[in-house]
Amino acid sequence: MPRTPGADLPDHPDWLWNSPEPKSSYDVVIVGGGGHGLATAYYLAVNHGITNMAVLESGWLAGGNMARNTTIIRSNYLWDESAGLYEHAMKLWEGLEDELDYPLLFSQRGVLNLAHSLQEVRDSKRRVGANRLNGIDAEWLDADQVAEICPILNTSEDLRYPVLGATWQPRAGIAKHDHVAWGFARALDRMGVDLVQNCQVTGFDRIGDRITGVRTTRGDIAAGKVALAAAGSTSVLADELGLALPIQSHPLQALVSELLEPVHPTVVMSNAVHVYVSQAHKGELVLGAGIDSYNSYGQRGSFHTIERELTAAVELFPMFARAHVLRTWAGVVDVTPDASAIMGLTPFENLYVNCGWGTGGFKATPGVGWCYAHTIAHDEPHQLNAPFNLDRFTTGALVDEHGAAGVAH
Amino acid sequence: MMLIPCPWCGPRNETEFHYGGQADVSYPADPQAVSDVDWARFLFFRANTKGIFTERWNHQAGCRRWFTVRRDTTTNEIFHDDSHEAVTR
Amino acid sequence: MTGEYRLADGGRIDRDRPVRFRFDGHDYEGCAGDTLASALLANGVHQVGTSIRYGRPRGIAAAGPEEPNALVQIEEPFPEPMLTATTVELRDGLVASGLPGQGRLATEPDPARYDAINAHCDVLVVGAGPAGLAAARSAARSGARVIVADADTEFGGSLLGTRDELDQAPAWRWIDRVTSELQASPDVTVLPRTTVFGCYDDNYLVAVEHRGEDAFTRQRAWHIRAREIVLATGSHERPLVFPGNDRPGTMLASSARTYLHRYGVLPGRRAVVFTTNDSAYAAAVDLHDAGVEIAAVVDVRPVATTVWTARCVERGIRILTNCAVTGTSGADRVSGAQVSSLPSGDAAPAELDCDLLLVSGGWNPAVHLHSQARGTVRYSEELGALVPDRTPRGVRTVGAAAGTFTTAECLRAGSEAGSDAAREAGFHADVAEVPGSPSGPVTPPQPIWLLPGLSADSDDEQFVDLARDATVADVRKAVGAGMSSVEHIKRFTTIGTAHDQGKTSGLLSSGVIAELLGVEVAEVGATTFRPPYAPVAFAALAGRDRGDLYDPIRVTAMHDWHLEQDCPFENVGQWKRPWYYPQPGEDMESAVLRECHAVRTGVGMQDVSTLGKIDVQGPDAAEFLDLVYTNKMSTLRVGRIRYGVMCHADGMVFDDGTVMRTGEHRYLVSTTSGGAAGVLEWLEDWLQTEWPHLRVHLTSVTEQWATIALAGPRSREVLARVTSDIDLTNDAFPFMSWTDGTVAGSGARVCRISFSGELAFEINVPWWHGRQVWEALHRAGSEFGITPYGTETMHVLRAEKGFPIVGQDTDGTVTPHDLGMGWAVSKKKDDFLGMRSFSREDTARSDRKHLVGLLPPAGSAVVPEGTQLVDSTELPAPPVPMLGHITSSYRSAALDRPFALALVKSGRDRIGQTIYGHVGDELVPVEITEPVFYDKEGNRRDG
Repeated sequence: MPRTPGADLPDHPDWLWNSPEPKSSYDVVIVGGGGHGLATAYYLAVNHGITNMAVLESGWLAGGNMARNTTIIRSNYLWDESAGLYEHAMKLWEGLEDELDYPLLFSQRGVLNLAHSLQEVRDSKRRVGANRLNGIDAEWLDADQVAEICPILNTSEDLRYPVLGATWQPRAGIAKHDHVAWGFARALDRMGVDLVQNCQVTGFDRIGDRITGVRTTRGDIAAGKVALAAAGSTSVLADELGLALPIQSHPLQALVSELLEPVHPTVVMSNAVHVYVSQAHKGELVLGAGIDSYNSYGQRGSFHTIERELTAAVELFPMFARAHVLRTWAGVVDVTPDASAIMGLTPFENLYVNCGWGTGGFKATPGVGWCYAHTIAHDEPHQLNAPFNLDRFTTGALVDEHGAAGVAH
Repeated sequence: MMLIPCPWCGPRNETEFHYGGQADVSYPADPQAVSDVDWARFLFFRANTKGIFTERWNHQAGCRRWFTVRRDTTTNEIFHDDSHEAVTR
Repeated sequence: MTGEYRLADGGRIDRDRPVRFRFDGHDYEGCAGDTLASALLANGVHQVGTSIRYGRPRGIAAAGPEEPNALVQIEEPFPEPMLTATTVELRDGLVASGLPGQGRLATEPDPARYDAINAHCDVLVVGAGPAGLAAARSAARSGARVIVADADTEFGGSLLGTRDELDQAPAWRWIDRVTSELQASPDVTVLPRTTVFGCYDDNYLVAVEHRGEDAFTRQRAWHIRAREIVLATGSHERPLVFPGNDRPGTMLASSARTYLHRYGVLPGRRAVVFTTNDSAYAAAVDLHDAGVEIAAVVDVRPVATTVWTARCVERGIRILTNCAVTGTSGADRVSGAQVSSLPSGDAAPAELDCDLLLVSGGWNPAVHLHSQARGTVRYSEELGALVPDRTPRGVRTVGAAAGTFTTAECLRAGSEAGSDAAREAGFHADVAEVPGSPSGPVTPPQPIWLLPGLSADSDDEQFVDLARDATVADVRKAVGAGMSSVEHIKRFTTIGTAHDQGKTSGLLSSGVIAELLGVEVAEVGATTFRPPYAPVAFAALAGRDRGDLYDPIRVTAMHDWHLEQDCPFENVGQWKRPWYYPQPGEDMESAVLRECHAVRTGVGMQDVSTLGKIDVQGPDAAEFLDLVYTNKMSTLRVGRIRYGVMCHADGMVFDDGTVMRTGEHRYLVSTTSGGAAGVLEWLEDWLQTEWPHLRVHLTSVTEQWATIALAGPRSREVLARVTSDIDLTNDAFPFMSWTDGTVAGSGARVCRISFSGELAFEINVPWWHGRQVWEALHRAGSEFGITPYGTETMHVLRAEKGFPIVGQDTDGTVTPHDLGMGWAVSKKKDDFLGMRSFSREDTARSDRKHLVGLLPPAGSAVVPEGTQLVDSTELPAPPVPMLGHITSSYRSAALDRPFALALVKSGRDRIGQTIYGHVGDELVPVEITEPVFYDKEGNRRDG
């Protein structure tokens, strides 16, 4: 029987992963079983032949930001450093479904980043120009072209901040976050990598400045190398070592509507009328906006943030007026002073850090895995993540993706 | 929507305030004398406490005063046991 | 008669007010007071739609917001997707249809109004069932400000669906009495049709009031700050998992009772009742008494409660203990139930004919808000339910929401909670008396999640989440795939993700998971109870903050004059600024060329009131400004003006403007239009928290002044016509000075500053004189051809002079040195904000990007702003090294050619070189120049 619209998620495979007891020792221990941790383990195994490895997850696998993000994938970042990393991720995304043999629902439906002021227009054109020279598909569209791509968007003059145009990355899109995580997890399980859930890392074993293992709620585990991939919880781990990191953990909220007939053909993001919206595969609208202003580990945010986000949504998409909010939730995102990530070596031998992805972590997932795995395997950064070192905060060589990019997410 | 105790105006909605992050981070007495590493610490590194955190808020839509608050970053519970006075960074 | 299943009397509906509606293309009649669901049932319609994955017929399963099945699309009065038939109030002309999967949004604009209201109270009572009403009354009698909200159209909660008596009278009499008392209390706000859907920090709750399709405001969002909260949110009956448990005609037992008592509807003629607890017996008895034949009560427990057994015996209702329904039959409606004995189902199943199958698997306290309030829950083995465990300060969860299931206990607990809440809020409160209510001995329920002894073949007909069409087979598959976390299984199966967010399926799935994993339900737990409790329309939360009200619009004193010129406006922050003033037939380019020409050769005027202005006063004002500007402000003499740059501590430019010394201890600081609020907050931050010893006060005075820039070689002549007490000669009134005087009859502060390089005056007058002075200047300038100009011309003129605009020619990564403004960075000061950062490795590099000028060939087109610059005439394969980008680019009337400003790597060291702009697929040559294109010597500023 043909399935009703809205039911068309593919079935999951009959087997995903084991839940083993942790062993007493591994070559590599990855702290954090989210998208980044899983992808890193995957490329460590596939690219570098390391399989005596555990991914330690304090809760349920991929239950942090990986389970909570709005699944947008794009690579149209301003600066060369970001463009290099995100575009590498994009290329991996384009082959990932086949590589993992898992239906990731990777849908290259394009992303529009709207411009609502003359300065946003300038910034957008600047970014498009940089993207194109970096080999990233990007176009500048005027308001009429925007309306052709997304007819339900209000491109009239009635808006408080009318849509003056948008950048358009056709290869951008969305994927189903859980499927991505589970695809990596299944592949890791097949390769004999231990995925250990409900295993919280509480400390580190070290000899001088050399890390030799981790302490966990499920016992001590010796490790040749330890790689942090714990997003919003990174500071808590780093504090155990007295390692200061320039990150702050904030709530980031998102929400979904009920299932709706397909109306939204792409992904729309706006900073000035702050919201980002896509319509997921089953038909639900998925919305996000800005982070809550204050530090928090509570995985919940304030209601006014949600309210403002919906106001922006209805402002941009009048037809959403009678869509309903079904569920709101929050993740904890770790943001850096320059809105770019930190990935690389640490002052500790055999300890590696990957954090500070803020609101952009999901889209980078395979790229992070690839580069972080390289960093761990070779004990030196891949050229793509070399600029994202901790040292940049001292030298001042920031990769400032706040302002000029005109893109917060 | 937290209810934040402004020491001058009383408890008000969070939307009236601007967040200022970790409190008591002092500007170096002689910035030219500190190393690049220490200067970076001042510029960019702030505590990211999970638990009770002493932080700054500015009553932007009210009296415009900065003050400190102790708040649990896991629950948003604000502790009223200290005087919320104007602060040093 | 409104339907063949409608009783002649009884219920809360009004049979004298028939309501016509259309469902799935058929016309029906119901009564005022009906829901769409009750009206459909009254007409014998059970099937509402088909299921999402398997297309199976699905009917009305509940009578409230927990309904998992009966999804409808509203067509008229206005399209609205995916509502439950059980919560849609019937109205004349309603057109709806059953919804199999996806809802449909209207393509035409929603004509309805939505708004929001803030409310504060001492005690908020959520839910107006027996516990909530008792709580509200106790609290109200203390004089506390009370808000009592309930999602339903009328108060009474579960009592509305029973024929229970209070004080030996029908319960509705007590409900009416209490409701009237509450309504009559001036400090009580009574909110029916109001769903409290979220509980946030510090007792901040959000609700949506459904005011009706014909109300002036269709829905209203309530933002409630409550000192104390009583959560009396009731409970939801839980269905049972068994093969064929989804056939239309299968209904929660208490819901059937509600249809009978509240709506006067018989949901069937012959019923089988399948239960794990006592509560379904009331449905059997009541329906029997109303004329429904009860084929049997099938109870999984070995022994039924004595009192209920007696009542059934009286009526000849058969009770089958230790039995379960293990299958159903029927096409679009249940026609029979197979009953087997437990535990092994060894006895041959008996088939009982029926057109109604009532189920009760126990009760789930509605702990949603309790949990959102950071209360914890625990699994109660006894009740087979999640019940409140720890409750946070300021919150009380009572009644069925707390796992209390007798009316008497709910009334008592509610009344106590109401008075306790009022006392905590500072009132003297007594526990109000509660009516007497009968209660008998209760036999504990026997929670059952999976029926034993069934073949696995039936798994895919045992539905766990009807809304998502998820079955035991799906859960088994998830478990078999290695999953054990309820969160994973929820995602694997999609259980709990539908419109009802698992109100009936949530704990049920945990139970099934526990059975399949062989662990305790408590160990499996449940997923988080996230807001909103029930779906809320986007528009209800957007409220009125749309269109012009999306963000405040700030306008200047001269705004109406600009409007009269019909000029286009540019949004600058929240300000509306004239962009250019086209004359008939002009496009933007020709208008801007004309305006530029006028300023360079005659005189122009611009409204610059939007620039931020901060009054800095105090004995330490000079010292303070020395710390926050890169250059020295303490050496500025009273009466003089200096341009200044502000950097963040990281050394990056973040604002600029002029600083006027207006007294020994007083300055007037100007900021960019968009940056004013940020600068003030930034200054306050340093002043209050780092340098509190400095005696300085800051006041925003942006809106106290209207400011007019009068620019061009004829500006002095124009100004001379409207002022008599200011000596305008260069000697008396030199460049970068200010003076007070009278302009066009208004007190004015006039400055000799210029953003165009021309002789110019900036005339500041009190805001309310702005338009008058503007018009006077415009008149006075008419014989000189005075030309109003907008932001675009201002941008061109300043770019010709190489003056950067912060935010356009800078992006937060640019130092004053990068801008070539080393001259504005003091070398004499010990410190200022940003200074230390200039010596960092990256900021000290000589090959940073510099602001330079660019000249495309004369006669060529303007190179677009944002264009990236490269070094080579042919593009290598990506990634192509980039030198920088064009920040500003215009056609110059004065130079008669295009020109641009750009940030270019080592730009100042490459002056004279040709580089290339990447425009479309072309590479356009541009020559790097000094950033000053016009009047490099600065001869024109004095006229």
